Amino acid sequence: MKNKLKVNLWSSSTLGFIILYSIFLIVPLILLLSDSFIDSNTGQLTLANFQRFFGKKYYYSTLYNSFKVTVLVTFIAVALGTVLAYFFARFKIRGAKTLRILIILSSMSAPFVGAYSWILLLGRNGIITRFFGNLLGITMPDIYGFRGILLVLSLQLYPLIFLYVSGAFSNVDNSLLEASENLGCSGVKRFYKVIIPLILPTVLAGALLVFMRCFSDFGTPMLIGEGYRTFPITIYDAYMSELGGNNGFAASIAIIAIIVTLVIFLVQKRISEKHSFTMNSINKIRPKKIYGIQNVLVHLYSYILITLSIAPQVYVIYTSFKKVNGTVFTSGYSLESYVMAFSRMGSAIRNTIVIPLVSLFFVLVFAIFIAYLVVRRRSKITAIIDSVSMVPYIVPGIVVGIALANAFSNPPIVLTGSMTIMVIALIIRRLPYTIRSSVATLRLIPITVEEAARSLGASNFKTFWKITIPMMSAGIIAGAILSWITMISELSSAILLYTGKTRTLTVEVYTQVLRGNYGVAAALATILAVLTTLSLVIFNKFNKGRDLSL
Amino acid sequence: MSVAININHALKAYGKNVIISDLNLNIKDGEFFTLLGPSGCGKTTLLRMIAGFNTIEGGDFYFNDKKINDLDPSKRNIGMVFQNYAIFPHLSVRENVEFGLKNRAFDKKNIGPMADKFLKLIQIYDLKDRMPEQLSGGQQQRVALARALVIMPDVLLMDEPLSNLDAKLRLEMRQAIRNIQREVGITTVYVTHDQEEAMAISDRIAVMKSGEIQQIGRPQDIYHRPANEFVANFIGRTNMVLADCNKNEVSFLGHKIKIKNLDYNGKVRVSIRPEEFIITDDKNAIKAVIKDTIFLGLNTHFFMELPNKQIVEIIKESMINSNNESDKEIYLTINIDKVNVFTEDGTKNLVIANEK
Ligand SMILES: Nc1ncnc2c1ncn2[C@@H]1O[C@H](COP(=O)(O)OP(=O)(O)OP(=O)(O)O)[C@@H](O)[C@H]1O
Ligand SMILES: [Mg+2]
Repeated sequence: MKNKLKVNLWSSSTLGFIILYSIFLIVPLILLLSDSFIDSNTGQLTLANFQRFFGKKYYYSTLYNSFKVTVLVTFIAVALGTVLAYFFARFKIRGAKTLRILIILSSMSAPFVGAYSWILLLGRNGIITRFFGNLLGITMPDIYGFRGILLVLSLQLYPLIFLYVSGAFSNVDNSLLEASENLGCSGVKRFYKVIIPLILPTVLAGALLVFMRCFSDFGTPMLIGEGYRTFPITIYDAYMSELGGNNGFAASIAIIAIIVTLVIFLVQKRISEKHSFTMNSINKIRPKKIYGIQNVLVHLYSYILITLSIAPQVYVIYTSFKKVNGTVFTSGYSLESYVMAFSRMGSAIRNTIVIPLVSLFFVLVFAIFIAYLVVRRRSKITAIIDSVSMVPYIVPGIVVGIALANAFSNPPIVLTGSMTIMVIALIIRRLPYTIRSSVATLRLIPITVEEAARSLGASNFKTFWKITIPMMSAGIIAGAILSWITMISELSSAILLYTGKTRTLTVEVYTQVLRGNYGVAAALATILAVLTTLSLVIFNKFNKGRDLSL
Repeated sequence: MSVAININHALKAYGKNVIISDLNLNIKDGEFFTLLGPSGCGKTTLLRMIAGFNTIEGGDFYFNDKKINDLDPSKRNIGMVFQNYAIFPHLSVRENVEFGLKNRAFDKKNIGPMADKFLKLIQIYDLKDRMPEQLSGGQQQRVALARALVIMPDVLLMDEPLSNLDAKLRLEMRQAIRNIQREVGITTVYVTHDQEEAMAISDRIAVMKSGEIQQIGRPQDIYHRPANEFVANFIGRTNMVLADCNKNEVSFLGHKIKIKNLDYNGKVRVSIRPEEFIITDDKNAIKAVIKDTIFLGLNTHFFMELPNKQIVEIIKESMINSNNESDKEIYLTINIDKVNVFTEDGTKNLVIANEK
C-alpha cells in the first residue's frame, strides 16, 4: 500500500510536468505557429505573413543585420575570451583574483546598461567625444549603429567564453603541454595545434550561448542601434503595432527566429558531438611567471580588455551621484537621483526582489524534480520531458514574451498584466539552465549512495529528501544564485509583459533611459549592480573553488 | 535475527540479454558465503537481486520461509556494503551510522548507545565526529561496515568491499570483516573476484561463470577437488596434461600412475598443480628441462619443458644454494593423492565422481 503511494509521487509529478509544460510552453508556441500560418479573418492557411516579411527589404534586412552582428560578436567574443582565459591559466597576472571578479561582474549586468553607458561616454554628447572634439578637434568615430552594438555585445559576452574556457583549462593536464613541448611543439604553434583542439568542445558550447544571447538581445540595438534594426526589434515593433488586432505578423517573425536558433543549435550539436571527449587532469596547469616584453603585452591585453568591459558600469555608478538638471548631468554631486529613484520606483525595487524570488523557488523545485526524473527514473516519458525542458533554451526571450502574452490574453486563462505571467516567463526562461546543472550534479552522485539509504530502511521519498537533495545542494545553491542574477536583469521577456504595477528595475532603467531621465536611470542601475554584486559575493561563499558555469 | 537464503530457479535478463538463466542457491543461517567468479559473470547482478535493487525476471527468493521477490529494499532488513563505500558525504561518521537506526521504530534513547557499541566494535569510535572527506579509504570502509551492521540486519551483503584498498589494508580489513562476522554471527553474502580473498574469508564459496554456478563448496574442497577445469584454473594455478586412462591407471609421456577413486576408460586431462610436482633423483621419472625461474622469496617458480615440449609451472620452496640454472635437466614425480583427472572436454572431475 505504502509502496503504491511512493510510486504515485513520481508518476504524478511526471504527469504534473507534462501538464504544466503543455499549458505554458507547448500550447503558447502552437498558438504562435497557428497565428502565423492562419489568416485570422478567413481561418484559411496562408503564407501572407511570411511573404510580407521576405517581400520587403525593410523587414528581411533585419535578419541579415542580426546575423552579421551575431556572427561577428560570437567570433570576437570567442577570440577575446579564449585568449584571456589562456593568459589567466598559463601566466601569473597581477591581481588575477580581483580581475576575475571584475570580469564576472561586467558580464552580469543587463547588456543595455552597457549600451547606455557607452552612449554617455562616446555618444554624440558623450564626455569622451566632447573631450576630443572640443580640446583636440578630433572627431571620434560614431558609436551608434552597427559598431556600437558590436562593441557593447562583444564586451558584454566575451566573459561567458572566458568562464567556460577557464573551466576547460582546469581540466587540461599539464603533462599534455609538456609532452607537446617535448615533441618540439611550443609557443603559438602549440596554442593552435594542441590547446585549441583540447578546449574546442567547450569553446563551441560557449559560442552557442553567446550566439543565442546576442541574437536575441533586444535592449542593446534598441538603445544604440538607431537606424541599424535587428531582428528582435522587428519582432517587438511588429507586436506592439499589432496590439488588439491579429498577431499574425509578429508571430511569424517569432517563428522565423525560433527556426534560426534551432538550426544553429542543431549545427552546434553536430559539430561538438564529433569533437567531444572527456578529460581529467591530475596535474593542473599552473600559471607561471613570465618576464620582459611578453609579460608587458600579456598584462596590457588583460588590463585594457577588463577595463573596457567594466568601465560602463563604473561610469553609470559615478553618474548616479551627479547633480541633474532636467535630463542632463551638471557639475557637482548629489543624491537627488536616489531620492527620486526611491520615491518613484519603490514598487520596481520590490518587484525586482519578489518576482525573481518567486520564480527562483519554482525553478529550483521543478529543476530538482525534473533532474531526478530524468536521471533516476528514466523512461520514454521522462525522456520527453527532458527534451521539452530544453526548448526554451533556443526560444529568444522576446518570443517567450509574445507567446505568453498571446496565449493568456483571452479566456480560458487570462494572465496578461499580472505578476504571475512575469513569473511564468522567468521560470520558462531559466529552467533549462537549472535543469542542466541539476542533471549534471545528480549524475555525479553514485546511485549506490541512494541504495545504501534504501537498504538502511529509508523510504523512496525519504532517501530523496535526506540524501539526494542534500548531496545536490551545493550545486543547486550555486546554480540558484546565478539564476537569480540573470533573473533580476531580465529585460527581453519582461518588456512585453510588464505593466505599471509589475515593472522591474531592469525595465525601469530601460524606460528611464529612453525618456532621457539619465540620473534616475543611473541610480536604479546602481541599485541593480549592488544587488548583483551582493549576490555574487554570496555565490562565491557557496561555490568555493568550483568553476562558475552559466 | 539472521536467516537462511534460498534461491530457486532465479532468472535475470536485461531486455533480451539473459544474464542469469536458472540459478539455485541455498545459503545457511550464519554462514559466510562468497560469490566468486571472473568479471561480468553476474555476481553483482545476483547480489543486487537479493538486495532488491534489481528486478527479478523469474524464480523465487526466500529469507527463511518468507518470499521476498516483491519486498521493497527498505523492508528486507539487509545491511549492504558497497565497493565505493557509498558513505553519505554530508553526514558525520556518527550520523552515517545512526541513519539506519533512525529509520526504524527504534527507541530514540537507544540510538546513541547502539551506534557507540558498533563504532567501538569496528574501531572507529575516535573518528565519530569527522566528516567522510576527512577519512582514509580503509576508515570509510569501516564506517560502511558499521553502518550496515548497526541495524542488526538479517543478511549482510558485500560487493567487493576491499577492492579499492591497497594490498596491505586489504589483508587487514579482510581479517577484521571475518572476525566481526563471526562475532555477530550474521548470514553474509560476499562478492569478490579475488580467489585468495575468497578462500581466506569464506565458510563456503560458489564459483560462477557466465551466470551459472560451477561449484559450491568449502575453500579446501574447491581447491583440492575442483568440479571442472574452469574451477581448477580459476582457483589457484594448474598444469593440464593430456593422458589416457584405463580404469584407475593414467598414462602419459610413457609413464603410468595409479590414482585412487578413479574408474574411467578413454582420453583424459590430468590437472597437476605446481606444488604437486616433486623433483627427484630417480632417473626413471619424468624428464624435464628448466627453461626459466622466477624467485619470489618464500617460493621459486620454475618453468620446465616436458619431453612433449609442453611447458609446465612448478613451485618449490626457495633454497639457499640452488643451482637451478636454465637448461639443466631434472626429474619429476607427482603427488598422486592430490592430482585431479578431468574428462577430455574438461567439464567433469572424474576423481570426485568416483569419490562419492
Ligand atoms: N544495467 C544493465 N543493463 C544491461 N546489462 C547489464 C546491466 N548491468 C549489468 N549488465 C551485464 O550483466 C553482466 C553481469 O554483470 P555484473 O555486474 O553482475 O558482473 P560482475 O560479476 O559483478 O562483474 P565484476 O567483477 O566486473 O563486477 C555483464 O555482462 C553486464 O554487462
Ligand atoms: Mg560487480
